[in-house]
Amino acid sequence: MTKQHPAWSPYDNNGGTCVAIAGADYCVTAADTRMSTGYSILSRDYSKIIKLADKCVMASSGFQADVKALQKLLAARHLIYQHQHNKQMSCPAMGQLLSNTLYYKRFFPYYSFNVLGGLDNEGKGCVYTYDAVGSYERVGYSSQGSGSTLIMPFLDNQLKSPSPLLLPAQDAVTPLSEAEAVDLVKTCFASATERDIYTGDKLEIVVLNKDGIHREYMELRKD
Amino acid sequence: MPILLLPSTNFKFFPPKLKCVDMKLDTSGLESTSPFFGSGDELCPELSAAPSFSLPLSTDFDEFQKDTKATLKHAKGTTTLAFIFKEGVMVAADSRASMGGYISSQSVKKIIEINPYMLGTMAGGAADCQFWHRNLGIKCRLHELANKRRISVTGASKLLANILYSYRGMGLSVGTMIAGWDETGPGLYYVDSEGGRLKGTRFSVGSGSPYAYGVLDSGYKFDMSVEEAAELARRAIYHATFRDAASGGVASVYYVGPNGWKKLSGDDVGELHYHYYPVTPSTVEQEMAEVAGA
Repeated sequence: MTKQHPAWSPYDNNGGTCVAIAGADYCVTAADTRMSTGYSILSRDYSKIIKLADKCVMASSGFQADVKALQKLLAARHLIYQHQHNKQMSCPAMGQLLSNTLYYKRFFPYYSFNVLGGLDNEGKGCVYTYDAVGSYERVGYSSQGSGSTLIMPFLDNQLKSPSPLLLPAQDAVTPLSEAEAVDLVKTCFASATERDIYTGDKLEIVVLNKDGIHREYMELRKD
Repeated sequence: MPILLLPSTNFKFFPPKLKCVDMKLDTSGLESTSPFFGSGDELCPELSAAPSFSLPLSTDFDEFQKDTKATLKHAKGTTTLAFIFKEGVMVAADSRASMGGYISSQSVKKIIEINPYMLGTMAGGAADCQFWHRNLGIKCRLHELANKRRISVTGASKLLANILYSYRGMGLSVGTMIAGWDETGPGLYYVDSEGGRLKGTRFSVGSGSPYAYGVLDSGYKFDMSVEEAAELARRAIYHATFRDAASGGVASVYYVGPNGWKKLSGDDVGELHYHYYPVTPSTVEQEMAEVAGA
C-alpha cells in the first residue's frame, strides 16, 4: 500500500465558548459568535446555539462541521419523536439522546463540546454538560469550549452551588435572578474575550423561561 | 497520520482486522432501544436502523484511536472502593473528573445505580463507564422480565465482562466493580476493559487506589457494623483524595444489604479534612507582658 497524506486530519478546531446557567424558573444559554481556524477568523457572526425543542437549546463549540452534522441528526431524531409521540421532547430526554448520539460515535467521535440548556418537566432550569464522547451530568451551570478554563473558575467563585452528591441533599439551582444571570454571563464573556483568542466578536444569549424563548446580543471585542 | 475517507453514512461494523476470524461484535445491547414504528424505513434508513457504532474509514484504526485520544483527552483519575463485610457490601467513591491538569468536574456520580439491588463503580473513561453501565442496567431489567427473578451479581458482572471483552483492543477504558445483593447473599466483582473479571471481598480501583488500599487493609475486619464499615470506607476515600491529586470532590458512601442499596453519606472532602484533622488553637508558649517601670 502506498503511503498516504501523512499530516491530514479529519478534525479542525474552530474554537468558541459556551456557557449555560440554570435558575429556579429560567435557563440562560450563551455562546460567542466567532468561528476561527488557527490564527484566522472565518466568521464573526456564526451562531453556535440551536433550538432543539420548545424547552431545550444546545450550544456547541469545537469542530463546527461535526457540530452541524450532530445538530442535523438531533433535529431529525426530534422530528421522528414528534411524529411518534405528538409532543415536544423534554430537556432531560434530549439530554439522554445527545449522550447516546455522541457515544455511538465513540470510535470516530464528534469533535464537539456541548452544553444543553432548558427547562425540565417541573419548569425548573436545567443544564447538561458533556464531553466529546457522551459522558454527561446535570449541573447548575457549566462552560465548554476554548474559554471554559477561564470562565469556569469564575462561575465557581460566583455561583458555587452545593454538590448534588451531598447527603443530606441541598438544592443545586443558582440563587440568581434572571436579569442577574444574564449580566453575569455578559461579564464572563467580556473577560474571556480579553484573554482567549478564539472568543470574541459577539455574544448570543438565549433565555428560556415560562414565557418562552428570547434571544439577545452583546458586542464583544473584535480583535 | 493515516488518511481517512469521511463516511457519509453510519457504517455497520464488521471487525475485519481482528485476528480471531469468528469474533463478532456484540451489539445486542443496542437493540433494546425502542424500534421506530412501521416499516417505512425507506425514507430514512440511517435514522430508523438499529443504532450501530460508526467507524472511521481509516487504514490504521489503532493509530486513529491514538490520535483522537490525544486530542480529546478523556476524563480520568479516580478513587473507588468496595468491600464485603458481615452486613453486606460497602461501596464508596470520590467525585472528581480531570482532563490532564484541569479539573473538569467535581460532581461526577461515580457510583452508578444499576437497579435497587446492584451498584456499579466507574473508573477510567467517564463516557465508557456511563454508557455501558446504563446498557447493563437495561440488560439486567430484561433478564428480570424474562426470568421473573433478579439477575445474580455473578451474572450481571459476566454480562458486562463479555461486552467489554468483545471490544478489547478498541480503546475502551473501564475499571469497575459490580456490587450487589442476590439470592446467594452479598456479591462483589471487579471487571475491566482488558477482559479481567475477578470475584473478591475487597477491591479498590483508580489512580488513588494504592492510598485507599493502605487505609482499607489496615482497618478491615469482617465483623464490622454498618456504621464502622461506612466510616472505614469514607476514611479510605478521604485519605486517597488527600494524597492523590486526581481524586477529590465529594466522598460518597453506599451500603448494599438484603433490602437493596442505600446512600449513607456524601461529604465534601474539603470539610472532611477538618473533621479528621481538627484545627486546634496553637498553645501560647510565652505571653508578652509589659515590663514594669520600663
